[in-house]
Order: sequence, then structure tokens, then C-alpha cells
Amino acid sequence: MNKVKVKINEQFVEIDHHLTILEAAKELNIDIPTFCHDERLNPTGSCRMCVVEVEGARNLMTACSTQVRDGMVVKTHSTPVIEARKGILELMWANHPNECLTCEKAGNCKLQDYSYQYDIDPDSLYPRLDSRKYFDDTNRFYTLDSRKCILCGKCVQICAELQVNGAIGFEDRGIDTRISIKQNEEPTDGVIDPYTCVSCGNCVNNCPVGALMPKSKEKFRNWEVKKVKTTCPYCGVGCQFELVVKDNKVVRVDPVKGGTNDGLLCVKGTFGYKFINHPDRLTHPLIRKNGEFVKVSWDEALDLIVEKIKETKDKYGANALAGLSSAKCSNEENYLMQKLVRAGFGTNNVDHCARLCHASTVAGLATTLGSGAMTNSISEIDGTDTFLVIGSNTTETHPVIGSMIKQRVKKGAHLIVCDPRQIELAKMADVHLQIKPGTNVAIANGLMHVIYQEGLYDIDYIDKNTTCFKDLIEVIKDYTPARVAKICGVSENDIIKAARLYAKVNKAAIYYAMGITQHSHGTNHVKSMANLALMTGNVGKESTGINPLRGQNNVQGACDLGALPNVYPGYQAVTDVNIQKKFEEAWGVKLSNEVGHTLPIMMNDASNQDIRLMYIMGENPMVSDPDTNHIKKALTNLDFLVVQDIFLTKTAELADVILPAVTYAEKDGTFTNTERRVQRIRKAVEPQSDTRPDWEILTDVMKRLGLKADYKTVEDVFNEITSLTPIYAGFDYQRLNENGMQWPCPSNDHPGTKFLYSDGFTKLGKAIFTPIHFMGPKENPDHDYPLILTTGRTLYHFHTKTMTDRVEALKQTLPNNFIQISLNTAKQYQINHNEFVLVSSRRGTSKAKVQITDTINDGVVFMPFHFADGANMLTNPALDEICNIPELKVCAVKIEKC
Amino acid sequence: MNEIITTKKMKELDECIERNKMKKGPLMPTLQDAQRIFGCVPKEVQEHIGKKLNESYAKIKGVVSFYTMFSTKPKGKHIVGVCTGTACYVKGAQKLVDKVCEVLKIPYGETTKDGLFTIAPTRCVGNCGEAPVVMIDEDQYGRVTIDQIEEILNKYK
Repeated sequence: MNKVKVKINEQFVEIDHHLTILEAAKELNIDIPTFCHDERLNPTGSCRMCVVEVEGARNLMTACSTQVRDGMVVKTHSTPVIEARKGILELMWANHPNECLTCEKAGNCKLQDYSYQYDIDPDSLYPRLDSRKYFDDTNRFYTLDSRKCILCGKCVQICAELQVNGAIGFEDRGIDTRISIKQNEEPTDGVIDPYTCVSCGNCVNNCPVGALMPKSKEKFRNWEVKKVKTTCPYCGVGCQFELVVKDNKVVRVDPVKGGTNDGLLCVKGTFGYKFINHPDRLTHPLIRKNGEFVKVSWDEALDLIVEKIKETKDKYGANALAGLSSAKCSNEENYLMQKLVRAGFGTNNVDHCARLCHASTVAGLATTLGSGAMTNSISEIDGTDTFLVIGSNTTETHPVIGSMIKQRVKKGAHLIVCDPRQIELAKMADVHLQIKPGTNVAIANGLMHVIYQEGLYDIDYIDKNTTCFKDLIEVIKDYTPARVAKICGVSENDIIKAARLYAKVNKAAIYYAMGITQHSHGTNHVKSMANLALMTGNVGKESTGINPLRGQNNVQGACDLGALPNVYPGYQAVTDVNIQKKFEEAWGVKLSNEVGHTLPIMMNDASNQDIRLMYIMGENPMVSDPDTNHIKKALTNLDFLVVQDIFLTKTAELADVILPAVTYAEKDGTFTNTERRVQRIRKAVEPQSDTRPDWEILTDVMKRLGLKADYKTVEDVFNEITSLTPIYAGFDYQRLNENGMQWPCPSNDHPGTKFLYSDGFTKLGKAIFTPIHFMGPKENPDHDYPLILTTGRTLYHFHTKTMTDRVEALKQTLPNNFIQISLNTAKQYQINHNEFVLVSSRRGTSKAKVQITDTINDGVVFMPFHFADGANMLTNPALDEICNIPELKVCAVKIEKC
Repeated sequence: MNEIITTKKMKELDECIERNKMKKGPLMPTLQDAQRIFGCVPKEVQEHIGKKLNESYAKIKGVVSFYTMFSTKPKGKHIVGVCTGTACYVKGAQKLVDKVCEVLKIPYGETTKDGLFTIAPTRCVGNCGEAPVVMIDEDQYGRVTIDQIEEILNKYK
């Protein structure tokens, strides 16, 4: 790297030659004013505010876009510079309304700050221009007031370069130039048009003036608030942001630059906080008395629960009890829940909804590679040469990761998308393999067939790191592109093209989600992904890997902390005598070495009355689990049901006792994101009414059961976790404070692990190829149910909508359950766009609004699973034998007019 | 809008797009083609071009609204342009503009109700020696005086 010496304001600095004057000045702590600059964007120099004097140059130069040269002499605050900046500010002011008195941006506005700093006279020499009068309030989440716009173009760049959406542009010319945003014209019903605003708010969060502002009813001044850094409670990306709080109320969310999301957020992260203070919140413990919920004291509620636990255990044995933990709750709370079930109930019947999303990942990757988690990190996206995105609608389910992939593709990386729908990413892909739902194994085998035939596999890597490659060849040899094309309904050439794109580059990464896992052979689908990556040497290297995108904020952590029926925290088997002994000593009770039942089996047990009592924390199986009718029967059959939640969910409606918990904003703790990064959450507001954090409630229950639970703070719980969980052993709150850390981290001098298997597959010795034959879904279309239903998530809602339904703008954006259907299929059933229809499977019926779209194949339909009485009325509870994940992604349905 | 956008015209546009795709910057020639085919580039056409060229609507709208040669509403059958470049301006072009507006009974930049004429804002046409210059479609008239305006326009009625 070439270093050059630059003199700025009589100080010398030596820096890399490719840096700019602005960056050089920053090294010297010299502040140069900017409007349009952002270190994540290509500099444009459009606002001119950063001009400086460079010795020998004819004009003033823009510091943000001028590279340093050796021997350069720069003055950042000389008289000509100050005069020029004043001129710019005066011109801006002449076309900016004098509304600081009422503008909500006041106190956080660069124009205001610089005008003060540079002594701008509000009645300056220029006549008032007021040329821009455009006001756009069509978006539900923010407004654009072009009168206040200074046309710096930052929003245009952020939308194009960072969010990679391109919804914002300049319109008209000369004095009439203004920012214009392509908005969705009708209620979107979940349709994401390309190049149309997705309301991520990244432009709003970065507007230097008051032109782009969030819609808000809260009145606050920027100097009246406090800011608390925490972790987003929605998807598994684990975005870092600050909650802006006034009078114990969250009034705005500000993203944090650097770290996981580097300042980007999605619509839910930026605008989805209003559920915290929603009037629907549960406020007091409730006990069902004569069919009605009655407010009671915490003592009464907890005493009843403890009494019922003891009674049920005495009468029916420990295995008649079960607990459902929560991927929404913190690591500490998941730890306490599994401890309560194991030590308090005396059974391993503890599970959570990872069973419905990534159980097959945990099972499939642990047995082939050694660890069931994302191998690589989010920041490594920026080094990948080819992405294979399979069964993941990334831009809607993990929007920030989706944007990062788009950024990389824009820079020239290849993208292969494999999905039954033409999702947003498919539109910019080199190849889109629009496969029939449930045919992942066939397509993977087809890709491997081509890679093998063309000699594109990495034989050195295979010899050194893996076993059973020969067995794999035996199986994949039958999967010719011709055969696979037929099974999957894609073209032979596309298979060949995709195989080459994936195998020929240096760094190829697989990103996958529910499209791979939620099948009755889900574990095999996952293993197929492992085969493909191993064959090409794409595991154990930076920017490669097998990357399961975890759906919920802490689903990784809930698994890590042992909210699973077969393992203690840190994936330590309950059947291992030594491990059992370790936990018995730590917890001071005898523990069961019998593997507990998984969530779907628990539901069967409940409907057979083999399980009598269930304690559900922060889960909503009445909406999230397959075959709602079956779940309802199971839960109503219980003798006693405890539900601990923040809202009265469909599941809570069936409870005997409801315990009101707090939201993420009202408690401390840690979440583990999809890339294994353990990040802090911090209390920003005091709990409302009579609500309590989940960890406190669980501690109280444990104490009442006579267990040792002397936790004064949630940090005490975390310290107990690290003492018992080797992969978390090196963590403490202090070390996690800044940017979090990634497991495994075995000791407190270990830096954490950016990507797994850099030293080979030490846990298993060698990675294992698992030859897998294609087996279709359990239920296929037939005469009575002729259509294939596949399910998924949308951008505007999260999981069972418990939170997003209480954010008015999100609710309005996607108010109805919908079904996506191709034009031909719609014609066949004579149904129209926006008409409501009845969709039925062998298990139930659901009502949905028709969306005719060209993004889905004939004979296939799609529904989101967020809605109660929606897709999961229809889905098939057929289970994967290995990990018990249900086949949520494929079932057979029919459509009738309402 | 239905008369402006017909299947036949759309087909012609698609053929142009296919041809332009080979070029390095396909957007400008495509927009020019669209302007020629439809007589304007309405929103629907912009969106269609965006889809075909994988270009953002925001950018296309920016280009269309930037250049005066594009319009989003249909223009008249004949385009009347009074050059307001420096030379013509000095030679009294503004008076000619006023006269054209008076005769056609429409403001500057608008189209007559019968769809026959549009007064297009026009900068230097490169024929300053003949200033002031009036252009109607591809025809140029030099050293025009106010009295001639009505006569010239009548030729196109």
C-alpha cells in the first residue's frame, strides 16, 4: 500500500494514497462539513459543502471526492473556503422554508447546525425562492417535504447503492428539480414491485435535513430524548439500532453504523416499534375462572402454576409436563426455561419453534460437518463470487442480508436463485431455477452431476477433508440434467449454467432458509446442500459456506441454549452421562437422561392426554404450527395451560393462566443472530403496568418449586450459562458490549469465530458426504386437491403477526391473507384479481384474497403463514423422521369461489 | 390514454427495445423511439421500458422529465418552436412567442385543443444567421416578423 504525506492546516498526516482529503482530515480530527457524504457511498461531491483549498489548484476542491497526493497542502477553514461554504448555505436557505420553530428535525439538522456555525443571516441577501412545493405523504411510514430538501442526493444514492432498490430519483430540471420516489399506488397486499419503495426508511434515517421524515404522532425535541443501543427484535439478522426514548416511550429508531447491519434497517426495524406501547398489551396476570379471564396478583397466578406442576407430576409423572421456549426471548430466558423444564419439571420435554424452521439444519449440518449453524458471517458477503440462494426469499425475510447480497451482485458477483417463485432476487439473477416445490434434492444432485462430469470438483479438498465421496458419485451419476430438468420443471441448460457458475469461481456461498428445511425429508435437503458445498471445497473458507438464515431474532440462541429435547445448552447431549452429571451438580437436582419429545409429538401427546400440562413462553402454535385444527384439539385437551406473552395471542386465548411479559425494549439480555453473534439487548423503557421480564417470572417459578435460582440480574444468568456452555464459555457482558461476539468462543482470550471449520472438521475428524436420492413430498396434487400450495413469509409481517399487527402502518400495508396464483390457473378456476376465495386441503379451509401474478408457475399457489386461520389451516403435519420438522412447504389444495 | 397506447404501438416499441438492447446506453434511444411511436412517453410506457431494460422507474422518470424532447402527455400534430437562443432573443424572439400564443390561444408549452399544434420551448437551433428563427416540425423559417406568424401557421391547418 502506497503511503503519501499530506499537510492539512499546518499538520502533517501520512495515509494511504487511495483515500480522500476528507478521510485524511478525519485522521487529524479536523471536522469538514458535509451534507451528501456517507462513508458507505461513492462520493459525488454534489452538495459542495466540503470544499477546501488545495495549494496549486485553480478552484476549491471537494474534500469528499478528491484523492490525496503526496505533498498536498490543504486548508480546510481558510477565508475563501469559509466564504464559499457560506454562499452554499445562503443559497440553500433561500430555497428552504424558515420553519425551524416547528420542524421536528430541529436539533438533528445539518442545515440548522451549519447555518449556526457559519453565522448565516436568516434574512440573507438572496431573495426567497421557494421553488419546490411538492409534498408526498402517500407512503404509510414517512413523508417527503421537498420544500425542505437541499437536493444533496444522499437518499437517491442510499436507495440505489445500499438498499439497492432504485426507487428514488431526481425529477424535472433546473430550479424545478426535486426528489421523487416511486411508491406503491394501491394497498400492496404484500406485492413487492421492483424499483418501488419498500419503506425501509434508510433514506429517512440519513436525510441531513427535514425533507424525509418518519410519520409520527409523538411530539419530541431531539434534545429531550435518551438513546439506548439494542438489537432488533424481528428477524435473525440481528440489526443494531438505538431506541430513542422520551418520557418512558420509544419515539424513534436510529440505526447504528458499523457492526452487523452497518446502518441499514428494513421497514420492520425502522418503523415497527409501536407495538411496545400498544393498548392491547397484556398488563396483569390472568386466571381463567368460570370461562372468563380474571385479573389476579402475581402471587396468586404463580402459586396456582406451581401447585398444578406439582399435582400433575405426582399424578402422571414428569413426562406429562412440557415447556415451549421461545425464539423471541433472550438467551438467558431460554436457558431458564429449559432449566425449569429439566430441573423443575424433571423431563426433557422442552422445545421451541426452531422445530418448525431449522430443526433439519441443526440435524443435517451437525452430522455432516459438526455444527448446525451458519458457517460464515454476514460481513463476508462482500467477498463472495457466486451466491446460490435456494429456498430463501432473502429480500423479504432477511431484508438487510438481501440488500447486502444485491450490493455484491451489483459489484459483479454471480447470483443463482433457486425458488418456486420469481422472488425479487430472481430478477437480478444470472440463473433462476424455478423448481417445483419440494424438489431441492433433485436439483442439488443435478448440479453435482454436472460439476462431477465436467471435473469442476475440488479433489484435493475432498481428499484432505472429507469421506464417502465415492458413495456420493454412485448416487449423483443418475441425475443427468435431462432427468433433473424433468423432475424440477426447469431447463437443462439452466442447470448446467448454474453448476458452472457455482463451481468455477473461487468463493461460492450457499444461502438457504425454509425452502430447504420445511420438508418431510428436510434433513436430507440440508445434507444435499452440504454435499454440494463440500464437493467444491466451499466450506471452511472466508466468504463461502453453507449459510442457513435463521428466521427469528434469537432462534439461533434458543437452540444454542438447549431449548431442545435432546441437548443441554451448547448442544451437549442429554444422554451423555458425564454431561448429565455436570448439570446435576450445577443445578443441584437429579436430571432425566431420556430424550424428550419434539414439539409436533408433544402436540400429539397432548391430544392423547399423555401430556397434561404445558407451559408456553412467547410462542403461538395456534398460528405457527401446521394443521391448526389438530393444534387446537391438542391444547384444549390439556389439563392446564400456562401462556406467557406480551399480547393475547390465539394460543393465549386457550390458556388457564396468562402471565404478562415485557417486550425486548423493557429488558436486558442477549440475542444470538443468524451468524452466531451474541449481541446485547438493553432496557430502554420501564415495564408497563404489572408486567415482568420473562427471566424474572421464570426465576420466581423456579424458586417456588424449591430450585436454586439466586439471580439478581440477568447478567447472573448469563454468567451461569457461560460456566456450563463451552461454545459460550469465553463471553461476558463486557466483551459483548460493543459489537457482540461469535461462537464458538471457548475461553476469555479467544476472539470468537468469524467462520467455522477454518482448521478442518475437528469435531467429526472429516466432513461426511451423504448420498441422497430424491424423494418427493408426502402429499402430491391429485384429482381432488389439484394444486400445490407452498408457504412463506412477507416483508411487512413477522411470524404470527403478534407484534407487526400492532403496528398500524404495517397492518394496513398487508391487511389480508392472500394467495398468489398464475394467470392460467386463475382462468381455469374463473377467479379474478382481488377476489376472496376458499382454499382447502384435506385438513381445513382458509379464506384468502387472490393475487394474480406472473411470478409463480401454473399449478402452484403461495400463501403467507402469518395469518390466523390462514395457511396453517391447510399445511401438512407430515414429519421428517430424523428431526420431526413438518412439511410446511408443500401440500395439495383446491380452490373454490366464496 | 387508451388511444395513445395500442397493442400495435407496444409491439413496435418492443422491437425497438430489442434492437437498442445491443447498444451501450439503450435508455436514451429507446425513449426517443417511444416518443416517436406514441407521441409522448406516458407513465405506463416508462414502466414498461423499465421492466424490459431492467432500469429503475425513478431513473427513467428523471431522464424523461429532464429533456424537453420528451413529454408525458401527447404533443400536437405539429410542433411549433420559436428559437429563444441568444441571437434570436436579441432579434425579438419573445415577441414572436407572444404572437404564437395569441394566435393559437394557448400558453407557452401547451397543446391546442384540436391537437394540431404544440408550442415547444426551444433553445438555439444553430441557424443564428437567420435570426429570429421559427421551426415547425422539420421546417425552418428565418428572419420572421410578427406579421408573418399567422400566415406560417395557416400552412399547417
